[in-house]
Amino acid sequence: MSHLLREHAPITQAGWKTIDEEARERLLPGLAGRRLVDFSGPHGWEQSATNIGRVEDVDVSPVKGVQANRRIVLPLVELRARFTVSREELRAGDRGAEDIDFDALDVAAQSIVEAENLAVFHSWPKAGIVGISERSPHSAIKSGGGVEKYPEHVARAVELLLRKGIAGPYGLALGREEYTRVVESAEHGGYPLLDHLRKILEGPIVWAPGVKGAIVVSMRGGDFSFESGQDLAVGYESHDSDAVTLYLEESFSFRVLTPEAAVPISPLKS
Amino acid sequence: MGFDQYHEPPQELPEETRTFARLCASLTEEAEAIGWYEQRLAVERDPEARGVMADAVGEEYKHFCMDLEFLLRRKSRWRETAEGVLFRKGDIVEHGEAAEAAAGSAVSAEGSHSEGSHSEPHELVGTLGIGSLKEGR
Repeated sequence: MSHLLREHAPITQAGWKTIDEEARERLLPGLAGRRLVDFSGPHGWEQSATNIGRVEDVDVSPVKGVQANRRIVLPLVELRARFTVSREELRAGDRGAEDIDFDALDVAAQSIVEAENLAVFHSWPKAGIVGISERSPHSAIKSGGGVEKYPEHVARAVELLLRKGIAGPYGLALGREEYTRVVESAEHGGYPLLDHLRKILEGPIVWAPGVKGAIVVSMRGGDFSFESGQDLAVGYESHDSDAVTLYLEESFSFRVLTPEAAVPISPLKS
Repeated sequence: MGFDQYHEPPQELPEETRTFARLCASLTEEAEAIGWYEQRLAVERDPEARGVMADAVGEEYKHFCMDLEFLLRRKSRWRETAEGVLFRKGDIVEHGEAAEAAAGSAVSAEGSHSEGSHSEPHELVGTLGIGSLKEGR
């Protein structure tokens, strides 16, 4: 039995299948980091740390004449977001209902998505994760002039990366506001802004809830590493006669290997 | 008629493992038939006979796919590996190695239970199988 304890839940096999599918559907659109950075794993729930190949000197050696070093590792972090599902709704699903109420799962999935994106693209100091924009040595490109100036900002970011010898293709992570405004905009002549940006980047443009502003990253590989311990899963916590409490969970570490391979763009002014 | 699709004494095998073995045997037979038709079609000159055999091999393709889908539904690790290899452009071996590593890791995440000799109910597998969403992976 795995630590997810799914076997203890009063949920049928068909019920679990539905829950997993619904969870997947809600998670997939927003997991922007996984669309842009290298992914390793999953290595399992038992995986506790990422090897970074570094050591620190241990001041006091146990024996004179022997040098002692201690390995430095990057610990994996665990994310967990609880949600409840009504047992009546689950029973309805078993009878073939197709409109099961998964509102609480919506909230949990969005929370996990935002937490993962924040760790990858910004930082999570207490977890020891310094994300892409915080590690970038480049000053954020000011997004003045409204969304119509976005091709200019993105082109400038790409040119900066090229100047540093960082090859493409390049991807663009857009925060909620930026994504909405880019998608709804057309340039003079009606040409969709999104298509113009894609041509500049030669890579994907992704919706990244939790990201502030936007970030242009190289997707050549080897610059950003997301290491998954346990990949996203649904586990069982408890139940009563009315509802089952479940959770979404994952463990991972993230590190930036080439800080200069990304250029942030400041948030658009509303 | 023997029972040589079983490698172990059938009476010691759970029912779902026997079903699994039958479908594995069926899959093998379909693959063999596809290979045979390929050879027959390569040498047959009679257009009418070729038409019949071309139709027949289409049936074998269908049977092979149905058998495979059944088996993949029963074995999540196999399915995960297949998802990483099938219908993708690029280097087949490279995809295979990556898919094997990813699927193997998923199994270690769930302990020894998830890849035993019996079928794997979906709820025991656990992870949602999201992994990398980077294009081309």
